[in-house]
Amino acid sequence: MTVPIGMEAGSAVRETAGSGLAAVEGGRETVIIGLEVHCQLNTESKLFCGCSTDYRSDPPNTHVCPTCLGLPGSLPAMNRRAVEYALLVAKALNCRVADEAEFARKNYFYPDLTKGFQITMYNRPLAEGGYLDIEGDGAEKRVRITRIHLEEDPGRLVHMGTPDRPRYSLVDYNRSGIPLIEIVTEPDLRSPKEARRLLNGLRTTLEYLGVFDGDQEGSLRVDANISIRGSERVEVKNISSYRGVEKALTYEITRQRGVLRRGQKVERETRHFVEARGVTTSARSKEQEHDYRYFTEPDLRPLQVRHWVEGIALPELPAARRERFTAQYGISPEHARTLCGELRLAEFFEQMAPCGNPLLAATWVADTLQGELNYREMEIGKVPPARFRELLGMLCRKEVTDKAAVEVLRRMLDQCLKGEEVQSPAQIMEKNMLGKTAGDTFTGIVREVIAECGDAVRDYRAGRGEALNFLVGQVMKRTRGRADPKELTRILREELEPQGT
Amino acid sequence: MVRGETQQDPLNAFITLAEIPPRAPGRLSGITVAVKDNISTRGVETTCGSRILSGYVPPYDAHVVDLIRNEGALIPGKTNMDEFGMGSSTENSGFGPARNPRDPERVTGGSSGGSAAAVASGMARMALGTDTGGSIRCPAAFCGIVGLKPTYGRISRYGLVAYANSLEQIGPMALSVADCSLLMEVISRFDARDATMQDRPYLPRLDGDIRGMRIGVPAEFFGEGVDPAVADRVRKAISVLEGLGAAIVECAMPSMEYALAAYYVTCTSEASSNLARFDGVRYGPASDYKKPWHEAFQEVRMQHFGPEVRRRILIGTFALSAGYYGKYYGKAQVAREHVREDYSRLFQEVDLLAGPTMPTVAWKIGEKSDPLSMYLADILTVPANLAGVPAASVPCGTVQGLPVGLQLTGRAFEDELVMNAAYAYEQGVKA
Repeated sequence: MTVPIGMEAGSAVRETAGSGLAAVEGGRETVIIGLEVHCQLNTESKLFCGCSTDYRSDPPNTHVCPTCLGLPGSLPAMNRRAVEYALLVAKALNCRVADEAEFARKNYFYPDLTKGFQITMYNRPLAEGGYLDIEGDGAEKRVRITRIHLEEDPGRLVHMGTPDRPRYSLVDYNRSGIPLIEIVTEPDLRSPKEARRLLNGLRTTLEYLGVFDGDQEGSLRVDANISIRGSERVEVKNISSYRGVEKALTYEITRQRGVLRRGQKVERETRHFVEARGVTTSARSKEQEHDYRYFTEPDLRPLQVRHWVEGIALPELPAARRERFTAQYGISPEHARTLCGELRLAEFFEQMAPCGNPLLAATWVADTLQGELNYREMEIGKVPPARFRELLGMLCRKEVTDKAAVEVLRRMLDQCLKGEEVQSPAQIMEKNMLGKTAGDTFTGIVREVIAECGDAVRDYRAGRGEALNFLVGQVMKRTRGRADPKELTRILREELEPQGT
Repeated sequence: MVRGETQQDPLNAFITLAEIPPRAPGRLSGITVAVKDNISTRGVETTCGSRILSGYVPPYDAHVVDLIRNEGALIPGKTNMDEFGMGSSTENSGFGPARNPRDPERVTGGSSGGSAAAVASGMARMALGTDTGGSIRCPAAFCGIVGLKPTYGRISRYGLVAYANSLEQIGPMALSVADCSLLMEVISRFDARDATMQDRPYLPRLDGDIRGMRIGVPAEFFGEGVDPAVADRVRKAISVLEGLGAAIVECAMPSMEYALAAYYVTCTSEASSNLARFDGVRYGPASDYKKPWHEAFQEVRMQHFGPEVRRRILIGTFALSAGYYGKYYGKAQVAREHVREDYSRLFQEVDLLAGPTMPTVAWKIGEKSDPLSMYLADILTVPANLAGVPAASVPCGTVQGLPVGLQLTGRAFEDELVMNAAYAYEQGVKA
């Protein structure tokens, strides 16, 4: 299919064609960013051999075989599942899938590379020319995808000693041969924030497709090309987290602006992002002079992917799920966006929606729970759905006040974090005296307050309605917020009715 | 371990003598099959004739090794070869040259020279060789035995240490066509681990009946550089085939002019990439980990690769580099396509092509000192590798007491027809 050029894409074209005329956004020079995103596909076995990809909790060099160790005589055997995963991504990102894709060798020496070359795709990638719509500042923004290809991950070096006093490096080949998908964008991004949003969008899409697990350490790596309009572009390598992308790019913009302000030129170069220090450092110039001597991988046959992709069906993607959520549950577009922005959050919400009040569920999942999770840097996956559902049920039946429910939720999450067994909301309420206790108890407190605040009672009886608010406040204080203010108002009114009429 | 010429192995046919026992009885029970040292054998050192792999003991068997051991074969050892298959004489071995049983002062041919010497001298009844540009057929011709380079994709390369992946095949070598055919039958079983393999096992059909078969004889096969005595011997052999009922057709193969250049650019390019993994990190002589990695890699590779291997890595690296790719590697692939087209055109007219395997008989050890004259010796064998078609060498007499090989080339996946014609010739000469 052809890529429709929308407003956003049109303006990107205009900007990149900016022939020296100072294009200015927000009073500053335009920043131009393009990303190369590498994601590990979560297949069960590696790209070219049967070794398990579930290596993270195992000792080094235990998930290896002749093929992923590159032993002499070993041959790659294509993992068809990995191709299917990559084709799903291509389809979801609206790309044109090639008739035939071909693997190539990228030749270079490095100790983490078992064969002295990486099997990747070069001039015949799987797919080209797609796009992903992301949340822009204001309207949606369309970011064009240049190409998508499959390749193998190299091993991993572990450096011993300190950066100042390196001693030696150890190499772990467990990661060698893990399937990677490389997604290259056009230089359509204009800020670190947009870059972050694109990554979030990609992550969400890939997770909806079930081909990627963004929570796994090192499952995402990004190289960013960034330039300030009119200057040379700089490639920043080695970014391995979502937050890192924003940090690296922000640093790089400041650095490049500083260079320009001093009247110097930004040099075209490759820089490394040092996550710990939040800076980029210049790579040795030698590393830029790579000639990878690509040629067709003679041990693998071309992949007939066009026919293959026709038989692959896409699951529901974020945009479709957002629409369904607003239609099916009647929730607000904002809530739908938040909930669908993360697969697990959306799934969690769908488990909660049947509680009887989807609107209440949406507010509690999208706002309250999300806020508490962010505060704790906790994953939604750790929240026990059954317990949360009990809490929502109690809220629906008005057995707990909003305020007390937040307290209960906090205690539940803290128990999760400590690895304790999570108690039921009822147990937590009882233990912490958060219960909306029997009416009698409140009545007792109400009577106490009436007895003690004679002035206010007189005022109320004299027809000054605001005195009731004061009395409600007094009771709330003594119940430590456990009581429902509406309920209290009713009890107070009853109690203040003139006796014996 | 004693290496080089020993009382046990006066021809230096083996790099490692080791009795690898069969796993199960079968069609090769009681038969010894020597295995070229670039084919992986579990638990037995596999050096490819290179010092850079000394001490490397594969943890797995090549598919063909599995197959022959499961059919009852006993492997007497790993045979000598030009380092990584780079040579046509077995003089480029890191463990000393192999000697020709017919004349120990002469080369065996190569690169599967050890396999040929082992079979010709009776140290093994059969052998596995590998053929990238003639490495089975050349030593078969020089040592007077039968050798087949199968159709590309007919034998699994799993476990074969790669030199030039798109050209090479493992193949059988034996004293007789029947033995060679039997070994071919055993090793052609499908293996999904080699993506370039096709599930088309070899089904022998040795009836010796070649009546009505059309055999083409390209004029280029008898061109410049071919020893007239060798040419004469081969023409006589072709007339034997005619006498057996085949029709001989004179023809032309103009792509021969570019074949050798296309071959050397392709094989060195692939080799430069294949041999990059030998860096001393994982196996073989260790690199010095105290040095920066690139210096350590360089040191290991300088020290342990022989001069011919270093030369070919340099040529291949150059041919693939930016700015030269189109001029060399790209052009070589175009020439390769011309060779394929020549074959398919010819094979519409004829069933087989016949000519000499080698332009000369075996030369003396040390006689060819410049690499180019050695490369030129491959002119008649490389076209079959470029096109992936099957080609056999069958002994057709001698010139000055030294064996001459008749080369028969067929259509892809018609290895059976090639072997049947070789069988017809062998039986026809006996009669």
